[in-house]
Parts: sequence; C-alpha cells; structure tokens
Amino acid sequence: MNILTYLIPISLLLGGAGLAFFIYTLKTNQYDDPEGDARRILSDEYDDKPKKD
Amino acid sequence: MGSAITPGVSACPACDAAPAAKALVENSGKLEDSKLALSLPTIHCAGCISAVERRLAQVPGVREARVNLTLKRATIEAEPEVTAASLMEALEEIGYEAHELDAGTLSATQTDRAGRELLMRLAVAGFASMNVMLLSVSVWAGAADATRDLFHWISAAIALPTIAFSGQPFFRSAWSALKVKRLNMDVPIVLAIVLAVVTSLWETSLSGKHAYFDAALALTFFLLAGRYLDHRTRAIARSAAEELAALEVPRAWRIEEGEPREVPAAELRIGDVILVRPGGRMPVDGEIIQGRSELDRSLLTGESLPVFAQEGQGVSAGEVNLTGPVQIRATAVGEDTSLHRMADLVAIAESGRSRYTSLADAAAKLYAPGVHILSALSFLGWLLYSGDMRTALNIAAAVLIITCPCALGLAVPAVTTAASGKLFRKGMLIKHATALERLAEVDTVVFDKTGTLTAGTPELVNLDAMSREDAALALALAEGSAHPLSRAIAQAVRAAGITPASVDDLHEVPGFGTEARHEGVQVQLGRAAWVGAGADEGTSAWLKRGDAMPVAFRFADRLRDGAEEAVLALKDAGKEVILMSGDSASAVRDMAERLGIGEYLAEALPGDKAARITRMRDDGRKVLMVGDGLNDTAALTAAHVSISPASALDAARVASDIVLLGGDLSPIADAAETAASAVKRIKENFRIATVYNIIAVPLAVAGLATPLIAALAMSSSSITVSLNALRLKG
Repeated sequence: MNILTYLIPISLLLGGAGLAFFIYTLKTNQYDDPEGDARRILSDEYDDKPKKD
Repeated sequence: MGSAITPGVSACPACDAAPAAKALVENSGKLEDSKLALSLPTIHCAGCISAVERRLAQVPGVREARVNLTLKRATIEAEPEVTAASLMEALEEIGYEAHELDAGTLSATQTDRAGRELLMRLAVAGFASMNVMLLSVSVWAGAADATRDLFHWISAAIALPTIAFSGQPFFRSAWSALKVKRLNMDVPIVLAIVLAVVTSLWETSLSGKHAYFDAALALTFFLLAGRYLDHRTRAIARSAAEELAALEVPRAWRIEEGEPREVPAAELRIGDVILVRPGGRMPVDGEIIQGRSELDRSLLTGESLPVFAQEGQGVSAGEVNLTGPVQIRATAVGEDTSLHRMADLVAIAESGRSRYTSLADAAAKLYAPGVHILSALSFLGWLLYSGDMRTALNIAAAVLIITCPCALGLAVPAVTTAASGKLFRKGMLIKHATALERLAEVDTVVFDKTGTLTAGTPELVNLDAMSREDAALALALAEGSAHPLSRAIAQAVRAAGITPASVDDLHEVPGFGTEARHEGVQVQLGRAAWVGAGADEGTSAWLKRGDAMPVAFRFADRLRDGAEEAVLALKDAGKEVILMSGDSASAVRDMAERLGIGEYLAEALPGDKAARITRMRDDGRKVLMVGDGLNDTAALTAAHVSISPASALDAARVASDIVLLGGDLSPIADAAETAASAVKRIKENFRIATVYNIIAVPLAVAGLATPLIAALAMSSSSITVSLNALRLKG
C-alpha cells in the first residue's frame, strides 16, 4: 500500500493541473464564441488570435 | 429601412435619458478610439464571418473588427469619427442586416462576468468531484480500515473547500428565500449538501463505512451545470435585447437668441422653442409656431399615412417630421408628454397581467415541502425505531441526497437551452424565462399592421398604368424630396429602368409636395387637394402637368418578409389570427384580405387594443401579440406572450417576451412549434425524474441506500434527462 503515497499526490496534482489549465483558457476568453471558433477553422484566412478583452 | 422613420425615442418611464445624453456629450469630447458593436441577426457560417470582417476592415478608420458568431454580433474598434450608421450601410451593401448596439450597456456584459463566475465554480466542482470519485471507487471496491479512513479524510479535504466555493450560488439563493420565510428549490439543495457533508464528516471521524462526499460534490456539479445552461439562455438573451440601442439619442435643437443650439431633451422646459428638422423626432408635446410639414405618426397611432401639419397645430412627442423644418413651442415636457402617458398604460396593463407560474416553479412548490417532510419523517422514524441518532441522521441525509433535484434542476434548463439555441439561430431572442412555456399554449395570434406585418415603407403599385413620360416626370419630381412616398416612387421608377425627365426650378413645398418647370409648363407632384384632384382613396400621390388632369400614383404597404408565410403557417397550426391596427379601415381591410385574415379591428386606440386582448384573456384564450409601436405596448403587456421586431420602439421591446432580431417574420410560426415541442420534453423530463424517485426513495427510507447507489442513480437520471432534451424538434 506504500504506492499510495505516490499515487494520491500524483492524481491530485494531475487534477489540479487540469483545473489550472481550464482556468487559463477561461481567463483568455476562449469560451466567448464557441460557435464562431468552430467555423473559423474552415476559413482559409490565417487567424489565430482570440478576441481581445 | 430609411433612417428618417426608424423608431428611437425612449419611452420607458424608468430610464432616465439625461445620464445617457450627458455621457454621450462627455465621450464626444475625448479623441480616442471608439468601440462600436453591431447586432448581425443573419450571419450563420464561416463565409459570413470572413465576409463581414473583411468588409468592415475596408471602411476607412476601422482598426479592428471581430465577429462573434455565438452572440451574432460584431465588435469594431475604430477612430472616433466612424459612426455605426456608416458601418451598417457597408454591411447592407453586401447583404447583411445590422442593428446598432448600445456600447454603454454593452461594456457591462462584454465578457459576461456572471457566466464566467458560474463556469469557474462549475469547473472547480467538476474537477473536485472527479478526484473524490476516484477515491470513492477505491472505497467501494473494498478498501478497508486505515486506508478507507485515509481516503475519506482526503475526500473531505477536497470536498469542504470546493463546496464552500462552488455552492455559493445555492447558499445565497436559499438564504434570500429563507429571509422572507419562503421555500425555493435551493433550500432542499443546500440542506442536502450541508447534511451530506456534516454526516460524512461525523462518520469519517468515527471510522464509519459510508461517506457521501462524492454525492455532495456530484450534486453541486450537476446543479451548477443546470444553473449555467439557464444563465446562458436567459441572461444573455435578455441583455442582448436590452442592448439594442435606442436608434436616436434624445437630443433636441432649442432656439436660443435666434440660434438653434443642441441640448439634451431632458433639459427642455415648457415654453421653449424647438427646431425640428426633416427626419427628426418631436422631443416634446407642443404646437407648431412656424413652418409646414408632414408628420409620420405611425409609431404612436399605427396610421401608415403621413398627416399634414402647419402653424397652430398640436404635435405629440414621438412623431417624426418628414418634409419641412418646423419650430414648435413646448406645451408638455418629460413625464407629462403623451408619449409618457402611453407608457403609463403599460404599467396599468402590467398590474393586470396574471402571474404565470412556470413549470419549474410548480414542480418546486410540490417538491420542496415534500422532500423536507419525507426526510424529517424518516429521521424521526429511525430515531424511534433504533434509538440511534447516528443511524437516523445518516438515513435522513441519504433521503435528501437521493431525492435531491439533480434531474429536476436539469429538466427545464437543458430543454430551454436547446430550444432557445434553435430559435436564436433563426433570429429570435427569448427574453423571458417562461416565454417558451407560454408560447406553447397560444391559441390566438394578434398582429399589429404598421411596422409589424408591413415594413413601414410604402410600395408603388400602379406603375404599369403610367405612361413613360409621366413616370419620368414623377421620378424627376420625386427626387427632390425625402418624403416616403417620393422615395417609393423614385425607387420603383428607377428599378423599371426609366431615367428622370429634365426639369428646372425644382423645389419642395413642405407639407404639400414638390413642384418644378418642365418644358415651360408647371408640374407638381403631391397631395390630391394641392394639385386640384378629387378626394384621396387609399394612399396616393398625384402628378399634375400644366392644366391636364392629374394622375394618381397609388401605393400599398410593403409586406415584411415572411409575413404571408407566418400567417399561413399559424393558421395551418390551428391558431386564430387577428389583425389590430390604428390605421384607417380601408387600409386594414386591404391588408387583412391580402393575408387571408378573417378578423380585423381598424382605427383602434392603444387602450382599445389592450382592452380587446384583456377581454380575450378573460374568455380563457391564450393570446400571442406581435407588435412594434408605442400604441402596441399596452397590448403587448396584456397578452399572454408577446413578440416584437428589432425595429420596434424601445418600450415595445421592453414589454415583449421575445424579440425578432431579423426583418423576417417567418420564424414566429417555427417558434410556436419549437415551444410546443420544448414543453413536451420538459414534462417528459419531470416524469423521468419522478420515476427515478419512486424507485430510489423507498430504498433510501428503508436504509438500504449506499453512496454507490446514490451516485449511480443521480448520474444516470441527470444524463437521461439531458439526452432527452436533445431530442427536441424544430
């Protein structure tokens, strides 16, 4: 059962990393226009900047 | 639509125009980039995005333009001299309808703060519940003794701060309900979450077998998901409808020492002399002291024909001056104007409106007390039976968790999100939370005529009967005026490929028409009485050449796109369609016949419309009112549910539950269908949730529910309900 001393912190860390990444995407306005972003990949014009705040 | 006849004066009694006007004056002083926002109801694809962005970027002075397809709007950063009107014109050239959004109110919702906050809480709850679930699965799989206790303690360490953070919306809402001694859906939710955490902590400290940390977190997660969906559909739609800017800022030109000076309309006083230019709107009630013109009163009365106005005649705030500049002396300002009295009618109608109980509220009313009683009874029963406080509390918590309205919390928002999304793509904003439910019940549809069924612009109908010379002459004369009839002639004749005849000395006689000389003969185009023709029948303008008999150009109201389809589809769906208008009997009859509407009411005053609708409501009929003018606002409020087009006056849009973003009326019929289907799904969802409770509650009361059963039941019912919502047709 000693393996738990590694696994539990690792699982918490991974979960925390996922959460931190999600918060980053939220803070950079990446959920403001989901529909538009889905369509923009079809456009030929290169355009990778998210909307400015 | 011409800018001269677009609605604009704010008639909402609650909004004070003064701060807005003041802010505008202050802003215009600064020379920095302006941020503009446009609503684009017709965009729908990748092609639209790039076309709109490219076109906007070509407008001189535009720095950056970005389209948001989800909200169907564009934000533009531009140099201060760029106006929204020029951008709208540029987009109309390439075939996209655009409306200006009020940048002032926009900044508050630009990045939807409340939504982002909910999403953050949702994310935290989601990640925490995944981690705790991981630990719980190990416990269910057989972890025992010290390992189980360790897992429970770690779960507690994750769950407590998460619930303290993520559960706040529920805590706040439950507290505000309890403060006024009422029960809402959030009270049992909070009780369940708190009780689950408290008993689990107690169990954990005693090395007990069952802890409900995962259930408490899953509950928070699912309910927040419902809350977020709800927010997206409602709050965003509501703010978007409110942001549709007043198309005109309330300012007026006051004559001071012989010179006109621009002042905020709020500063006008009785006795002030105000200059109203052609195309301008009367800011106050008053009397004309100089000048002749014609007035468009359609927004106030529904009359489609402009009326003649001259010195000594009274004018009402909200009327649009069409042809000549006039000076008016104010007789009533601010709250005392007829515009405001009209708004008061709305307040009266509002108080008479029966309060509709939404399906969710009806369910909560049954549900909240039932759950509390059930869990209290099981607590008491087990306490008496076993005499053990710990067992009794555990079972009471299990009952609350099992019955907790996960599925109920998702049942309504999941469906309304799907339905509102579908309707939004068709160009409809659902402003009011229960609008869909009410729309589903509608059996009678009342349309206003001017500005709703018609586009508010006249259309020349008898061009074929004209000689080519007459048409060419009329075109030459019509181009000398901005009157709606002149513009209609010019447009139709130009479209027929006729070029204007050459005329000299062309000038407009305000209030009457235009005149000029053609080959040495005087020619006139204008009112029947002015050119010496007989009485008018319907809408017409007369052309007179020298001493010849005048010829009449006849007009009909141009139907709004999709009006015929909407009326036909509503009739096919078995709904009764009625036309109510303030316009003359002949115009209303023509329109009713053209659209195949059997029942109509002409020359209706605003009060008449509302009274008629109230009477129908008292007869048990569910009325959908579609209208745009000030004269419709009381009727819109009195109706069971109401729709107004984006071009409607502010007051009408505020009074209505649904706003049509585009100029097309055909989505109205689709909306009725989608609403009926949505309500069916909501009721199915309630049934699913009930069935699940019927199975799970006896288990919980009998003390057989384990955290594993609770987790399975909760997740499966929530997922079933969400999947069912996706089956929505329309």
